Amino acid sequence: MNSETRNDRLSLSFSRRFGPELATVLTGIPALVVAGMFGWILADILYHGLTQFSWAFLTSAPEDAGRQGGISTILVSTLMILGITLIIVVPVSLATAVELAERRSRSVRFDRLVRRSLDVLAACPSIVFGLFGNAFFCVYLKMGYSILAGGLTLACMVLPLLIRTSEQAIRAVPDEYRHAAASLGLSRWTTLFRIVLPAALPAMAAGLVLSIGRALSETAALIFTSGYVTRSPESLFDSGRAMSVHIYDLAMNVPGGNPRAYATAATLLIVLLVINGIAVRLTRIAGLTLNPSLEKNH
Amino acid sequence: MIQVESLSVFYGERVAVQNATLIAPSGTITAIVGPSGCGKSSFLAALNRMTDLIPGARTEGTVRIHGQNTYGDDISPALLRRSIGMIFQKANPFPLSIRQNLQLALREHGVRQRPELESRTEAALRDVGLWDEVKDRLDQPALRLSGGQQQRLCIARAIILEPRVLLMDEPCSALDPIASAHVESLIQSFKGRYTILIVTHNLAQARRLADHLAVFWYEGEAGRIIEQGNATELFDNPQHPTVAAYLAGQRG
Ligand SMILES: Nc1ncnc2c1ncn2[C@@H]1O[C@H](COP(=O)(O)OP(=O)(O)OP(=O)(O)O)[C@@H](O)[C@H]1O
Ligand SMILES: [Mg+2]
Repeated sequence: MNSETRNDRLSLSFSRRFGPELATVLTGIPALVVAGMFGWILADILYHGLTQFSWAFLTSAPEDAGRQGGISTILVSTLMILGITLIIVVPVSLATAVELAERRSRSVRFDRLVRRSLDVLAACPSIVFGLFGNAFFCVYLKMGYSILAGGLTLACMVLPLLIRTSEQAIRAVPDEYRHAAASLGLSRWTTLFRIVLPAALPAMAAGLVLSIGRALSETAALIFTSGYVTRSPESLFDSGRAMSVHIYDLAMNVPGGNPRAYATAATLLIVLLVINGIAVRLTRIAGLTLNPSLEKNH
Repeated sequence: MIQVESLSVFYGERVAVQNATLIAPSGTITAIVGPSGCGKSSFLAALNRMTDLIPGARTEGTVRIHGQNTYGDDISPALLRRSIGMIFQKANPFPLSIRQNLQLALREHGVRQRPELESRTEAALRDVGLWDEVKDRLDQPALRLSGGQQQRLCIARAIILEPRVLLMDEPCSALDPIASAHVESLIQSFKGRYTILIVTHNLAQARRLADHLAVFWYEGEAGRIIEQGNATELFDNPQHPTVAAYLAGQRG
């Protein structure tokens, strides 16, 4: 046996022996790093935030530019902005998604144009929406810095994403259902509302929940539209400060604001984690309703 | 009675079925056989205008079902489809309860009284031999049923509307042998009651079920009926050499 074949054999046995392990290590390290970073941020915010956290923090108004007191008015503003966003976004995205997914006589060109526009809009940085909202709602439509302007701006921001997820949810409903419905002489209305939309509902709800998460964590689009007054808004035309804006302001502009910023961030984080949990559950339910065989393997 | 005269089905430029002519007398079973892609499903779908749902699909020729012109100007496709039951290869109950699966279309078509809804539900389920298996769980999701039960539920869902015609596109091919035999005997029991057109790849099944046989073939860039006739005669004595080879199990 000469040394060359022996070398070959050695290297072969090396890769055979260590190949899978090496791959595991190489792919495992980045995964660990990512999970570790997430864990670190989570632990940091919860550690610093939860020490400040109490029922009183949620129910009392901010004092001393937010250094003292709680975030009750901030929560009210956030919920009002979110409410406006949802009132606009749910019907509009539903109608658009149905139109895109279910229309029979379709112009391929027009559809492609709409989809591409939506994708571009969905990828736009939120500051762009903030500036647009400021120019259009606050200035042009004379709403000023207000809850209404903020909610409408957020609606513009999450609509593209929500339309696309809803459209995909509707498309994911198997055509077999539509064929069965047509063969029974069911109207398109019945087919849509009794069969297609219920089947698509969990996946659409998951998209909605993710959109809410995105709206809740938005700062840039709101600073220039709903403003940063910490007072409780009395109407939709008052200015109000959303949670993420509050965190930003405390951390960047208020010396000594860090503890309360942490507490607010912890609150927001917990809400987002809950929302994500809901989204995951809904997605799983969506999989089950459309593909019940999964249930058996469960 | 189904009378089809020179029916052609096009998908865009492509001809799926060319000049198909076929007569199926009331209460008989007509089996449609032939290799894959020769236009059997397209032919069936053209009869109750399911082709309307496919963008770019177009038909020519005439179809009369119990004297009524399928493609007449005054025909509403929804009304037409209500009187023609269709069963698909893959059982496709709605993701609703068993009861809703059966009653959704009934309600849409104007049956509102609870007693009538319930009695027709029971009758349809008895007709497909499913009543005893599901009578205690009518409100459970239909998708929990086994494949064979789902297919029988689909048949019940079709016959609850009291159609006179049943179009079946390979109703047994996704089922295990026992479930398949079950559905087959069900179809056998429908003889005389409905006018049935059944597409099948199972020649033995066609021989057992059919009064009339139509053999489709892909020929000259299009699917066509290359031979048809009384099932027993055609099986025993096919004229067309391709058909003879196919029925003997040598081609297709
Ligand atoms: N929706 C459609 N759009 C375009 N072409 C189609 C469509 N459906 C079927 N075709 C084409 O029409 C031809 C006939 O198809 P069809 O499904 O009717 O065949 P088939 O005899 O039912 O086949 P199989 O036995 O595999 O079910 C095929 O060439 C097929 O590719
Ligand atoms: Mg077919």
